[in-house]
Amino acid sequence: MPDDIYRVQITDIFEGPMDLLVHLIIKNEVDIYDIPIALITKQYLDYIQWLKSMNIELAGDFVVMAATLTQVKSKMLLPATEDDEDQEDPMQEITRPLMEYLQLKSAADDLAGRTLLGKDTFIRGHDDKDYLIGQGEDMIKIGLFELIDAFHKILKNISPDHLVDLSADSISVKDKISEIVDIFEKQNSITFNELFSLKADKSDVIVTFLAILEMVKLNLVKLAQHVQTGIIRLFYI
Amino acid sequence: MENLKYIIESLLFVAHEPLSVDRLKNVLNTAAAIDIENALKELSDEYETRKGSFYLNEVAGGFQIRTRSEYTSWIKRFIQPNLPRLSRASLETLAIIAYKQPVIRSNIENLRGVDCGGILRVLLKRKFIRVLGRKELPGRPLIYATTKRFLEIFDLKDLKDLPTPKEIEELGNSAMDKTNEDFSNDIKITDQDKRNNT
Repeated sequence: MPDDIYRVQITDIFEGPMDLLVHLIIKNEVDIYDIPIALITKQYLDYIQWLKSMNIELAGDFVVMAATLTQVKSKMLLPATEDDEDQEDPMQEITRPLMEYLQLKSAADDLAGRTLLGKDTFIRGHDDKDYLIGQGEDMIKIGLFELIDAFHKILKNISPDHLVDLSADSISVKDKISEIVDIFEKQNSITFNELFSLKADKSDVIVTFLAILEMVKLNLVKLAQHVQTGIIRLFYI
Repeated sequence: MENLKYIIESLLFVAHEPLSVDRLKNVLNTAAAIDIENALKELSDEYETRKGSFYLNEVAGGFQIRTRSEYTSWIKRFIQPNLPRLSRASLETLAIIAYKQPVIRSNIENLRGVDCGGILRVLLKRKFIRVLGRKELPGRPLIYATTKRFLEIFDLKDLKDLPTPKEIEELGNSAMDKTNEDFSNDIKITDQDKRNNT
């Protein structure tokens, strides 16, 4: 038994509770619609015992599944009353997510089996998107204050006599993030100034700035400032 | 435009990403969409007849010239693909996002039964997925969806082109059970109807 446990752990990089359940079902050659819960739960708990000595955090996920298994078993032991007739088979609680998981695994296999770009097929020219950073240009990491300075500069560019149209339906920060991500889908990086068009009004500028701050917080973009020119560039991570 | 076919070919040749018919139409402002489509078809047929090193692939809402897999081993001796292989866990997570998008992290974790924060970060970094926004739920979780790059890498025309997940036949005859269930439901309904009628 311990040998078996060891084998599972090394053949797959990451094993979750679902993987373990599938493994036990296949190993015992039982029908997925008629799982001998007592047997499977027993073996399952043996694994957990072993996992606990290896990685407690991992075992935490596994305990939930063990609890579900025992709950299903106890529900099945209880005599079904008349009212329960409409209720679903307690076994479904295990079977349904299990089926869904197996389907997902097969979907993942299908994906991996396709003609993958960069593995099975290639396009002309080299994709240099991955090498944009650190080539020729020296960049330093910038902090919040440099960013705010840059923001001040943009604000100064807005003509002071520009009237703020209060009725205008302003764009939300969320929409702005989506807009910026769209830009990044096309190009890997953009300068800070390019994001602010000259004719933009104050609210638009502020929303853009908030969007940038939010994106930095979410780890969506990385900011870097050129050593000589002082231009701030945003990189999509 | 007599040589429309070869004009399009030249554009496909220099393009770094799949070119959509709309995009081609913008460049060739006089050509009609139908002519462009026909020209693409002719080009594709030409490549198929020639059976050379490349073919015209319809992918990610556009068209792209790609090498045939027969020559992959030679190409790999020439350039080193810079993308590391996707792990099993990453592929599963990506599959969930592809099929269930737009999706939040807890949905993904429910299905897989394990934490996938690290994997999501990798997938985001490799631009297979993107953040669409936040869901108005407690904690305002991020909403994930796949990118155009995902379609390009996995050779998909669009999201509808995703293969339907296979029924898991070796582990049970789900289709059979389903029909039985439906059948018994039908019977129940008819019984009910009879009672109502009488």
